[in-house]
Amino acid sequence: MEAFRSEARAFLGRHVTDEVIETAHRTGTVHDWGLHRAMAAEGWISAGWPAEWGGQGRSPLEMNALTEEMYLSGAPVDGLGVATLVAHTLLHEGTEWQKGEIIPRILSGEVLVCLGYSEPDAGSDVAACATRAVRDGDEWVVNGQKMFTTLAHESQYVFLLTRTDTEAAKHKGLTMFVVPMDTPGIGVTPVPTMGGERTNITWYDDVRVPDRYRVGEVDGGWKVMMTALVFERNSAWYGEAVRLLAHGLRWARSTGRIDEPSVRERLARAAIGNEVANLLGWRAAWLASTGALPGVEGTMAKLATTEHYQRVADDLMDVLGAEGLRRHGEPGAAADGWIEATYRHCQVTTIYGGTSEVLRGIIAERALGLPRGRA
Amino acid sequence: MDLTLTDEQELIRDSVARLLAKRSGPEQVRAAEATGFDPELWGALVAVGLPAMALPEDVGGGGSTLAGLGIAVEACGAALASAPVVEVAVAGRALARHGRAEEAARVAAGAVVVVAPRPAADGVATLVPGAGAAEGAVVLHRGHLVLAPHDPGAPVPRALSALGAADVAVDHDLVVLAAEPDAEAAHTRLADEWRSLTAAWLVGLAQHSLDLAVRYATERHQFGVPIGSFQALQHRMADRATDVEGARLLARKALWALDGGEPEAAAHPAMAFARAAEVAQRTASDALHVHGGYGFMEEYDVQLAFRRAKAVRLLVGDPHDDLAAVTDRCFGPVGAPLPDAASVVLGPVDPARRPARPGPRAWTSASPRRWRPSGPRPGPSWAATSPTR
Repeated sequence: MEAFRSEARAFLGRHVTDEVIETAHRTGTVHDWGLHRAMAAEGWISAGWPAEWGGQGRSPLEMNALTEEMYLSGAPVDGLGVATLVAHTLLHEGTEWQKGEIIPRILSGEVLVCLGYSEPDAGSDVAACATRAVRDGDEWVVNGQKMFTTLAHESQYVFLLTRTDTEAAKHKGLTMFVVPMDTPGIGVTPVPTMGGERTNITWYDDVRVPDRYRVGEVDGGWKVMMTALVFERNSAWYGEAVRLLAHGLRWARSTGRIDEPSVRERLARAAIGNEVANLLGWRAAWLASTGALPGVEGTMAKLATTEHYQRVADDLMDVLGAEGLRRHGEPGAAADGWIEATYRHCQVTTIYGGTSEVLRGIIAERALGLPRGRA
Repeated sequence: MDLTLTDEQELIRDSVARLLAKRSGPEQVRAAEATGFDPELWGALVAVGLPAMALPEDVGGGGSTLAGLGIAVEACGAALASAPVVEVAVAGRALARHGRAEEAARVAAGAVVVVAPRPAADGVATLVPGAGAAEGAVVLHRGHLVLAPHDPGAPVPRALSALGAADVAVDHDLVVLAAEPDAEAAHTRLADEWRSLTAAWLVGLAQHSLDLAVRYATERHQFGVPIGSFQALQHRMADRATDVEGARLLARKALWALDGGEPEAAAHPAMAFARAAEVAQRTASDALHVHGGYGFMEEYDVQLAFRRAKAVRLLVGDPHDDLAAVTDRCFGPVGAPLPDAASVVLGPVDPARRPARPGPRAWTSASPRRWRPSGPRPGPSWAATSPTR
């Protein structure tokens, strides 16, 4: 384990240059093809997959360590994260053809996949999805609009949730597809965000999708979605919070403010919460390593970590004061503007991948066994 | 790096929980409130070897790890057991460590000797947890770590009586365990064991509070439905459930670190205590609130947990001081910043980032070990002294 971690750290030290980090920050595209392909070439993307997939059979714990190291290094890895979760979902739910066609292209670093779940009127209530897919012989005709299709402009596929039955109960009429982005009729409109990251609206106008791109049963998209969500929440969220604390600590030491009690107390809270986030994340990864899908545990880890991350960013902005408002790259920016950038970015972490409210509902019902919730 | 319990630890947890279900129910806890000490419960715990579980075998202890003891302590916290298991275990270990085999053997056989997690001032160690029933206390006094005798019949103050906290005069027949300049480090070690085990106790208390709240919210109906179906209440309890899980893992890691002399032993006991104390108080407070007006009545059990949560937290002082201790230990004391690389909280466990530290932290060893709270150092089985044999 530690040898694997050390190798990962050495690799990232070589490839995650300041320029890679700066470019991601400047463009808002949290993905770098150079880094991504280098990771593929040295076998990091496929490391957790068995030999038949060209992987090294690394355990979920080792892969968790790799993800931690990627976040700690500051690597722009959103593209890798989403592509990997789709690859895992395809392994569980996909057809043999899809596994043979798409998984190898993901693992070789050739393609990215973006997530087409949310819509203008379907956020947390994702089963309210209105994007229609209508069967036409061996093809499906898709019409609709998706929100927050982050990295659509860099992706070769979209993992697309559609409605195939308008009469059934809303979560029983959904079907999932993995659609090539170069299919005629797909449009991408950039959406700038407060955090600096670019996301997109994607448009689907009479997009004709061959049936072989359907993932799971017709009207069985909800099950596919549930599998994908577990993979999304069960990831090493805490690395970003450690990076934030490191920025805060460096600032506090270089300015001498570290000796102030109010600063010290905030650093202590950050350190404690980070360790809790670390442990909850590791527990979920450990459960995954036993072959379980750690639904509740991953949910707790995501909730605790993202809520804590926001509190720490808020606390550190407070101690930085007005000078903390200067942005990265501007003269006089406290902590080189990284805490300010994090403060803006972290607001989305309690929203995407399941809002904190959705996660609390899951914990209340599945971990505590409370009666099904009402507003 | 196994974060779940071993079969042996599950056995400990279940057999202790069974014993406590019989001996430390709400009525028994209430009956012992005046002194914070239930002699019958203590006798039963001694009979199964619980207070001596983590004492060395050569003084008659069970030779278990602190992590193993922590599992049992968590069960004691969940039962609000009126017995100073943590204080006696830590005192017995300190006596054995400092060459007082005879006194340690007495503790292993059931004598109540406790520890003062705060140093004495002006010849008195104040509000020492468990001291009400103790014949002695291990105290840091004028630069020396001493064993001070105590009259177990002395009255206990009412406010904290549920914990059996009492003042110990450090003024006669003292046995010196460690002198200057080693006494301070020796006391730090002892206080860290107390903090980490007490964190486990508080996690048990928090879990118990949450369980009470969930049960009540499932049974209690208002507006024609169980109140546990209301989102406002569900979300509060989901947050507390997440808090309790995090505090539990942190307490276990602190105990594991002390067992193995890991670099985390420097910071994690303070972190574990600060977090568990905060979580226990908040969880007990929310659990009381979920009970509505009934929670405020003495007849309901949740107030038993609520009062103890705050009291335990204060035994080592202002909670803000706990956070100050965490910063000192993670990032160095005021005026003496350490380099980034010296902090174990700036990255995951990695030998290359774990420099050994000299001085008062000399108990930590540089030997890199993977975190396996249950694994490589189980020690002789505590089950050997359990009633199941």
